[in-house]
Amino acid sequence: MTDDIEIKDKAAWDAAEKVADYEHGWSSDIETDFAPKGLNEDTVRFISAKKNEPEWMLEWRLKAFAMWKTMEAPDWAKLNVPPIDYQDAYYYAAPKAKPKLNSLDEVDPEILRVYEKLGIPIAEQKLLAGVEGGEDGGLPQRRVAVDAVFDSVSVATTFRAELERAGVIFRSISEAIKEYPDLVRKYLGKIVPMHDNYFATLNCAVFSDGTFVYIPEGVRCPMELSTYFRINAENTGQFERTLIVADKGSYVSYLEGCTAPMRDENQLHAAVVELVALDDAEIKYSTVQNWYPGDAEGKGGIYNFVTKRALCQGRNSKVSWTQVETGSAVTWKYPSCVLNGENSVGEFYSVAVTNNHQQADTGTKMIHNGKGSRSTIVSKGISAGHSNNTYRGLVRVAPNAEGVRNFTQCDSLLLGSLSGAHTVPYIEVRNPSAQIEHEATTSKISDDQMFYAMARGLNAEEAVALIVNGFAKEVLQQLPMEFAVEAQKLLGISLEGSVG
Amino acid sequence: MLQINNLHANVGDKPILKGLTLSLNAGEIHAIMGPNGAGKSTLGYVLSGRPGYEVTEGSVTFNGQDLLALEPHERAAAGLFLGFQYPVEIPGVSNVQFLREALNAQRKYRGEAPLTGGEFLKVAREQAGALGMDMDMLKRPVNVGFSGGEKKRNEMVQMGIIDPALAILDETDSGLDIDALRTVGDGINRIMRKPDKAVLLITHYQRLLDYVKPDFVHVLADGRITRTGGADLALELERDGYKELAA
Repeated sequence: MTDDIEIKDKAAWDAAEKVADYEHGWSSDIETDFAPKGLNEDTVRFISAKKNEPEWMLEWRLKAFAMWKTMEAPDWAKLNVPPIDYQDAYYYAAPKAKPKLNSLDEVDPEILRVYEKLGIPIAEQKLLAGVEGGEDGGLPQRRVAVDAVFDSVSVATTFRAELERAGVIFRSISEAIKEYPDLVRKYLGKIVPMHDNYFATLNCAVFSDGTFVYIPEGVRCPMELSTYFRINAENTGQFERTLIVADKGSYVSYLEGCTAPMRDENQLHAAVVELVALDDAEIKYSTVQNWYPGDAEGKGGIYNFVTKRALCQGRNSKVSWTQVETGSAVTWKYPSCVLNGENSVGEFYSVAVTNNHQQADTGTKMIHNGKGSRSTIVSKGISAGHSNNTYRGLVRVAPNAEGVRNFTQCDSLLLGSLSGAHTVPYIEVRNPSAQIEHEATTSKISDDQMFYAMARGLNAEEAVALIVNGFAKEVLQQLPMEFAVEAQKLLGISLEGSVG
Repeated sequence: MLQINNLHANVGDKPILKGLTLSLNAGEIHAIMGPNGAGKSTLGYVLSGRPGYEVTEGSVTFNGQDLLALEPHERAAAGLFLGFQYPVEIPGVSNVQFLREALNAQRKYRGEAPLTGGEFLKVAREQAGALGMDMDMLKRPVNVGFSGGEKKRNEMVQMGIIDPALAILDETDSGLDIDALRTVGDGINRIMRKPDKAVLLITHYQRLLDYVKPDFVHVLADGRITRTGGADLALELERDGYKELAA
């Protein structure tokens, strides 16, 4: 199928091929529909109009934009980020695909080819068979529904029929705004308020697309839901918006995977993810982030300023964040849980790898408002090259929250002598019944371990990958199986060149 | 199989091996004995390519190849196995994962197809069973929480799975009780006592040699082989000590 594709812009394609030494560092020649460069009210209106949004949505965006203009970028993180020129970027890029798609066959074959190159499951024959024959018994082995986001627009949703039978709503957020306005309005901006922080406010104004999930009461989502984010257009900031609502007694596992092609200019990414879990509901949210980290000298790479927050509103509700962060030049990200429900549970499992000149300031906030709420934090930071890797976390216990428990473990692994590992835990306890534990270690890969592994036949990079995977195991084993395998490979790839 | 010729090696600036010459043929088991600090462990590390052990003079050929030109993992793939005196812990990595990755890395290097999970587990089960090691231990992280004896037994299981042409066993007998010593000795004989294989046993004591009968015994003192004999030499050393010999 791919042989028939005519490459329309040979020069662009050749240029992209040249920079393909980053594994995912190519660019495809899909025609892009840009918003005019720069950021002003017209940009916001353009985006809203492009998406045929209702009036209330436009007003919401404009309000956020007005608010954002009065705000300043936060500078408290241990990150060294040059000033970002918000006027020197595009805020909307849509691939010119057919507006309505019923099956993957209708997706631009060029887009499918791009996914194929990444090994993304959307291109798998099994999954394609799943789209066509998903109604009968002949279901594919891989039970993942994919909502693929290419640049800013969702291009295909699979397994939709089966999900709909279960009552699960799995849509791009722009579709959901039109099809389920009441549901979206009820929760949008309620977990991460519009004024929450500089980047979240910006996202409110210019978010282009993202995912909406609703799991009805008592429903266990019949498959894992997955969105692959891609950034493919030059100078395009990507502002994804995700909202997942798990109604009473429901369960969903959501996978978010990211790769981006290589670009010289720094690309801004400021996503907002909001999760709500009602009584007895559980959301498992897993991320593997592999955005372009910049080259070995620290040139280029994605700036990733993400606000992720879960509201455990109901009794016995549970949200588990698992993240494997290997990419981006700058990562600023604190997936958090507001534990309002009695006996609610928050979990945060994180592996953050930084190499060369990457900078990561990441961690979590566990806000214990509910009685008997519990949280677990396991953070594994791996620093190599000249990179800096910071864990920043907050555990807060409200005065009325009796019987709260938290366990935090922060382990840092250093490779070489030029990288930095930092741990900044904040613990604020206002109720004497709380039990809070914090453990932290910092270590290096020992020469003994390296030589032992090499004497058994592994080369230096394989040995490092193996040891690092062992270090991160507690987190990796939280991931769904397919993701875990991908994540293990990524850890190795990310640390290439960090030894010997 | 292995020809060591006039080998000189430093650790840091300090010369440890000072003109060591030794030759092993296929089908032979050699024991190297000697006092503390003679350079026994250094010999094992130099042969397996440990960084920090610098060869200043001499040559080593292994099946016709210049061994010293190879990286440690290339030496492993070429068929050299080092049994560690102090096996290293690797938290979070199971023995099964470690050995399968190591074995398949070696196979890849040699241009052989990798073993599937099933094929590997079959081999692992056989070797663990033969050495009286529980499969559960193979699923545990490499050497983490293992007793000294268990670690040494694990080295032998690894050797059985990897099935090398040449094994250099560095004080594999230390820390073993009588029963474990017999198990390990039997393991060495079963795995390595073959016409196409050779063993270099580095040891302080002759007790392992009750179970693994060497064809040659060498005395290593002050960085050189000072004496070579048959199995009887070990008994003589046990009786008279190294001092006597040096004098």
